Amino acid sequence: MADGIYRKILHARLRGQLSYRGSFLLDCLAQAIAQGGELVVILVLFNRITALGGFSVTEVLLVYALASTAFGMSDLFAGQLNALPMYIREGTFDVLLLRPLGTLPQLMASDLPLKRIGRVFSGLVVLGYALLHNDVVWTPWSVGLLLVTPVAGAVIFSGIWVLACSVCFWLVDGQELANTVTYGSNTFTSYPISVYSGWLRRLMAFVVPGAFVAYYPALALLDKTDPLGAPAWLGWVAPLVAALVAGLAGITWTFAVRHYRGTGS
Amino acid sequence: MIEVRDLRREFRVSEKAGFLRRAHRTVAAVDGVSFDVAAGEAVGYVGPNGAGKSTTIKMLTGILVPTSGTVRVSGVDPSRQRKELARRIGVVFGQRSQLWWDLPLKDSFELLKAIYRVSAPDFTARLAECVELLELGPFLTTPVRQLSLGQRMRGEVTASLLHAPELLVLDEPTIGLDLESKERLREFLAELNTKRGTTLLLTTHDLDDIQRLCPRLMVIDHGTVLADGPLADLRAEVSPDRVLVVDLEDAAPPLDDLPGVTSVRLEMGGKRQHLAFRRDVTTAAALITAVAARAEVHDLAVVEPEIDDVVRRLYERRHLGAECR
Repeated sequence: MADGIYRKILHARLRGQLSYRGSFLLDCLAQAIAQGGELVVILVLFNRITALGGFSVTEVLLVYALASTAFGMSDLFAGQLNALPMYIREGTFDVLLLRPLGTLPQLMASDLPLKRIGRVFSGLVVLGYALLHNDVVWTPWSVGLLLVTPVAGAVIFSGIWVLACSVCFWLVDGQELANTVTYGSNTFTSYPISVYSGWLRRLMAFVVPGAFVAYYPALALLDKTDPLGAPAWLGWVAPLVAALVAGLAGITWTFAVRHYRGTGS
Repeated sequence: MIEVRDLRREFRVSEKAGFLRRAHRTVAAVDGVSFDVAAGEAVGYVGPNGAGKSTTIKMLTGILVPTSGTVRVSGVDPSRQRKELARRIGVVFGQRSQLWWDLPLKDSFELLKAIYRVSAPDFTARLAECVELLELGPFLTTPVRQLSLGQRMRGEVTASLLHAPELLVLDEPTIGLDLESKERLREFLAELNTKRGTTLLLTTHDLDDIQRLCPRLMVIDHGTVLADGPLADLRAEVSPDRVLVVDLEDAAPPLDDLPGVTSVRLEMGGKRQHLAFRRDVTTAAALITAVAARAEVHDLAVVEPEIDDVVRRLYERRHLGAECR
């Protein structure tokens, strides 16, 4: 029953933004250009070198595409959390508390920025290209992994987003900090983690479980051993990691909202 | 409908106390408030800025959790049963919108219908009633961002009533509205209260709202209730004086020696006299007779103290009391 409510909300949001057709098209274009920029960086890099952290250009593109698709999907919903400081400052968060629905789903459904679907789309195009140019062994298992990975990745990103944005209930200026983690983890996950230095790698792979979004699943798809020596099964546990992150995010959000209701703005 | 006992809400305020150091201080925004509101009442909750009105409202509606004390609204504990409460009450904040700003008003209503799971026939009937009484028809398909404040407020009130709440809480509903919009809204709310029996609790700075809508007035300052009762009683309590204004045919010396008269103010050289008198010593009728015996009366009027005066005197009395202690 609740799904029906959110479907209606999202549907109405879509109609709302289509009423500004011109700005919608411009936004899509801007999004595509930004996305193209990231690709150009990878391609320029490989113009100078032939391997990056033990990975060829097509392998890096696979990692990039998986991360980008997952981030794009997460951005569609969790991206709305960027508006949280505004909700808190203007008191509109109170309005969410006055409705018989959870605050987090209401916030995530508060907008459906269609322009961001461009990122998912271009991620899928690069993914298709990377899959065609890599030696992927096609088995029912690898197909399953390929389908599950972007979804699990999107859940991991969304969880990170919720965790990071919960900071805003304590620090209204916490958005900058939160963005470092959310957009930062997107940039991080777009490259094989072997290119990063030790501490950053450990932090981003396990504390913020970004490596499970694309790197480990990509290794499994390519049937490649980790140059850093991590066990191969790590490529298969992204859904589990996603469930853990989502659970932790849910608990943190509940705690944060309780704090808000306990202190007020 | 509402049961509040020893309600208290503290905030921690941090102040700069040197480089990087912060001193914390606890301030009670609501400091031991108790009251009851019965079903069908219309209660005005007034007080200066920072008196604790909004904090009380936020605790009644489940937004804030009380530091101590108990609240029950419509049979539930607001802070623990927030979603349950949301289905039973309606809330209108004058300063923050519950509508979707880029959607037509009608679409916002449709979404609320889904959110509150209002059945189609109920929704159609309730919306039709509001559309008629609040004259929403001409702008029902206009995006909310293009509405005037008065139109938006009428939309907000409708939005809060679609699920037929037993209690409607309004925080500054008439703020910023022009006179005509204010009057239309008051008329609607008065009818809602008397005809449909919806309980009303409203905070306001506009005492005309109270005069028009609320038989009962609660005055709050510094987090405590200063007075609670019918407006007429509060009036009698703080200012036992009433004023008889007489226009005389010819100027006369001040009529300050009449029984019950406490002070006299002269206008037009004594042709108009404002006679303040104690209503527990004499009546207006007796005083009029006494005046007529002394001078020829051209016109007269009995003036009640303005509600603003009543509230101001309540504040003053409280502050005087604080100084004496």
